[in-house]
Amino acid sequence: MKSTFISVFAVAAAFGGAASAQDRIAFEYWYGLGGYLGEVVAQTCDRFNESQDTYQITCVSQDGYATAVQNTIAAFRAGKHPTIVQSYDAGTADLMMSGEFYPVQQMMADFNIEIDWDNYFPGISNYYAASTGELISMPFNSSTPVMYYNIDDFAAAGIDTPPATWEAFEEALRALESAQPEKCNYGYAPSTWVDLEQFSMAHGIPVASKNNGYDGLDAEYVYNTTQHVKHMEDIKRWLDEGLLEIKTSQGGINSRDAFAQNQCSIYFGSIASHATVHASAVDGLNWDVAMIPVYEGFERTNTVVGGASLWVLSGKTEDEYRGAAEYLKFLATPEEEKFWVSNTGYIPVTKAAFEQLTAEGFYDNAPYKGREVAMKSLTYTDPTPLTRGIRLGGFIQARAEWVAEVEAALAGQKTMQEALDTAVARSNEVLRRFERTYRGKQLP
Amino acid sequence: MRRAYFKNNWIAALVVAPQLLIIFVFFYWPTTQALYWAFTFEQPWGGGNEWAGFENFRMILTDDRYWQSIRVSIVYAAGATILSMGMALILAVFADRQLRGYKYYRIGAIWPYAVAAPAVGLAFRFIFNPSAGIMSYVNAAFPGFWDPILNGDHALLMVIIAGAWKQVAYNFIFFLAGLQSIPRSLIEAGAMDGATVLRRMGDIQLPLLAPTFFFVLVINITDSFTDSFGIVDTMTGGGPARATNLMVYKIYVDGFQGLDYSGAAAQSIILMFLVIALTVIQFRYIERKVHYT
Repeated sequence: MKSTFISVFAVAAAFGGAASAQDRIAFEYWYGLGGYLGEVVAQTCDRFNESQDTYQITCVSQDGYATAVQNTIAAFRAGKHPTIVQSYDAGTADLMMSGEFYPVQQMMADFNIEIDWDNYFPGISNYYAASTGELISMPFNSSTPVMYYNIDDFAAAGIDTPPATWEAFEEALRALESAQPEKCNYGYAPSTWVDLEQFSMAHGIPVASKNNGYDGLDAEYVYNTTQHVKHMEDIKRWLDEGLLEIKTSQGGINSRDAFAQNQCSIYFGSIASHATVHASAVDGLNWDVAMIPVYEGFERTNTVVGGASLWVLSGKTEDEYRGAAEYLKFLATPEEEKFWVSNTGYIPVTKAAFEQLTAEGFYDNAPYKGREVAMKSLTYTDPTPLTRGIRLGGFIQARAEWVAEVEAALAGQKTMQEALDTAVARSNEVLRRFERTYRGKQLP
Repeated sequence: MRRAYFKNNWIAALVVAPQLLIIFVFFYWPTTQALYWAFTFEQPWGGGNEWAGFENFRMILTDDRYWQSIRVSIVYAAGATILSMGMALILAVFADRQLRGYKYYRIGAIWPYAVAAPAVGLAFRFIFNPSAGIMSYVNAAFPGFWDPILNGDHALLMVIIAGAWKQVAYNFIFFLAGLQSIPRSLIEAGAMDGATVLRRMGDIQLPLLAPTFFFVLVINITDSFTDSFGIVDTMTGGGPARATNLMVYKIYVDGFQGLDYSGAAAQSIILMFLVIALTVIQFRYIERKVHYT
């Protein structure tokens, strides 16, 4: 709400201030980020409006990615949709199949705006690109998961380097447990994004056939046959042995806050939380981040992007598209990337911005130190066919199936293998339904 | 009884038109739209839809998750209705007896109805929080006694209590009004004949309260099937392991989060018929036992 208010206020100020404001070409942008991050989005809009006097962007917070997409669809069906919408990573396939967008790479070319597309990190751009490699939506707030750990707790347990393998991770858990029997070692919340998607990326193993859906709508989930099963069985075993504790919002405190409040020694989460943990950490919390572990015997591969990208929707006028193109170009400038990255925990999406920030010593000192770990994880290898991303329809539902079944297994209602088998079978039904709904259509 | 009627039908039509328009726009039109989607494969962005026949219904009715959702909804409806009506009746009887300070107490008991469901959910989420809320003291004394995060039965119980609490106020208003409309002379006559408080309640007040009781029952059951969304959304998100995945919440998750418009439309059609059927059953079999004065 607050950010909506801010942007409305900015619009009002702009109208009152400059005489030329009324001649400006107005267009709308709906974004999903809420709270503090949403306010930073609103600031980028204000900065854009101040930077030129031809276009007027109105930014509206929808407080949540899912809500942003839902409201945009409802508005689209009524012909009142915004020009730009921020949509989350997992909704990519659904939006691609809608066909109701203006591919950003083509739009930039149509308006003669030069963007060096090779400058984007492949782990980011592949997630949002068509099969031809052309970017369909504009990478924006991007993150990847890392392991947050408490340096002091690790030192007290005799661990000097963060575990790079899950085998070492288990040893670390046991060492922590004996050093601090009362404290929560690992605050865990079931997350497909960390436990399934990024885990599979880092191990170079498939989530689904057809290269995770990139090669066709007839893909099927296969994660009940991969190393993912072993990982989830380990988590269940650690829960049973008291090595990890479940920390969810429903339980009163989520795993991130449990870590920041010094209740738990380890948590896995998005690098985007780096700033939040910094701001909310109790005094004297000595912590750092590391790449997520991989099992022994696996070659580590790159993780992929999470977060959201910006979609330009169809059915708008050329003037509005030009405004949208100018805004996206504005966001892609190194100065604006730096503004965004330094005010949030997100990572730069272009190599140029990352190199510039590194050269300026951005990552050398707190509070930004450690964020380069995410870049290392994201660029660990060049993306293989299995580590481009996820391109599966109805993926939000598939995520929910996974969570529900994993919860059942963690509660001891069934074995982890049974749970994952069921989740796969049901998620496959979602895929078949998606395929049926879009019969005769192809992924772009 | 005399009936008022209009000589000119045009005026009558004009007077009811706004109401009819509202019902049409907000009820009949969305319902027919949902009915249409339920028989097609609707693409979320409106890119086209294909006739599906009964495919959506077949998919839903052969899905054990859907039957599980129906079971959970029935348990929730029964639990929340019994609990909230029972509590409301007790409170109303006491308020009716005009104990000291009953006016403040009456306002206090009505007030929770004005609280939005998500706020209720948040408040109860704190109360029932196993590690930080009030229940954490119980957990400290008996470790593992209360765990709504992993234990589905605990989570469902928690949602039922929160739902019932919110509904108590509404029921209380009706019960109190019903009790106060019972002529004092009847109760006083009973008292003079030597009937005890409980006897007067059982023989005079409760039978005369039957019409109110029936009305509140119908409203409560309908409400618990259709209006439980806010509480589930804030308290459990349908989990753990779908233990609190009420039908109305499942519609939201499948339709709005999962963008499966057709599947969700078919579910809402089924829910609509279920609620209609339940109401018809109540009118046919329970209302017979109700005597209107």
